[in-house]
Amino acid sequence: MDNYMELSFPSLSVNEGFARTAAAAFAAQLDPTIDQLSDLRTAVSEAVTNAIIHAYGSDPAALITLRCEREGRKIRIMVKDTGCGIADIELARRPFYTSKPELERSGMGFAVMEAFMDRVEIDSAPGEGTTVVMEKELEGRRGG
Amino acid sequence: MEINAAKRGPRLHVKLAGELDHHSAEQTRNMLDTLLKDVTVRDMTLDLSEVTFMDSAGLGVILGRYRILSMRGGHLTLSGMSGAIDKIFRMSGIYAIVDRQ
Repeated sequence: MDNYMELSFPSLSVNEGFARTAAAAFAAQLDPTIDQLSDLRTAVSEAVTNAIIHAYGSDPAALITLRCEREGRKIRIMVKDTGCGIADIELARRPFYTSKPELERSGMGFAVMEAFMDRVEIDSAPGEGTTVVMEKELEGRRGG
Repeated sequence: MEINAAKRGPRLHVKLAGELDHHSAEQTRNMLDTLLKDVTVRDMTLDLSEVTFMDSAGLGVILGRYRILSMRGGHLTLSGMSGAIDKIFRMSGIYAIVDRQ
């Protein structure tokens, strides 16, 4: 690993914008394209929003950890909560599935993470929190 | 989220400016639904040219307003999407049910 950063912040929706901006600022050292930065921001926003809505609900006492690592031109992003966990990960990943239809959620969170990152892993169990690990290779501006 | 709306006949033209995420979703939804309480509104165009960020929470807000309009026989038109927002719309399949400009 060449570099990393780690932050913790309370489960408040106002921190969604902070988290995606912090991850993009960390990735800036790889001189990414605007599109690559946009993909990272969106994926981080999805993962952090899931933690806030599904793991905890808005709870200023609950903490979300965001860790970003750089290895060569690869960015690895971890979003970790210690909330309620996911009982059926396969179901949660399914496009358009939402456990909270009353909130008018699109059910596209994990599908967006998968579309915008190269790899998405979910480690979760009921009562044991959730860690989402996402990786993206930031190819050089000239595709090299 | 800033909203500017103008009505011409049965068509409402709404310009959104800011970031459309879970944090701003409720406020945005409430402002749009207040506008849609006017039952003479049949069609709505959402101008997203000044939306600087949108994730799947924003998609949920837009799909919800589409449902309200389609229940009264109206249409939703989306315009001014950035490449990043267009990518989310394309993967969601929303272009099969709304118009784009």
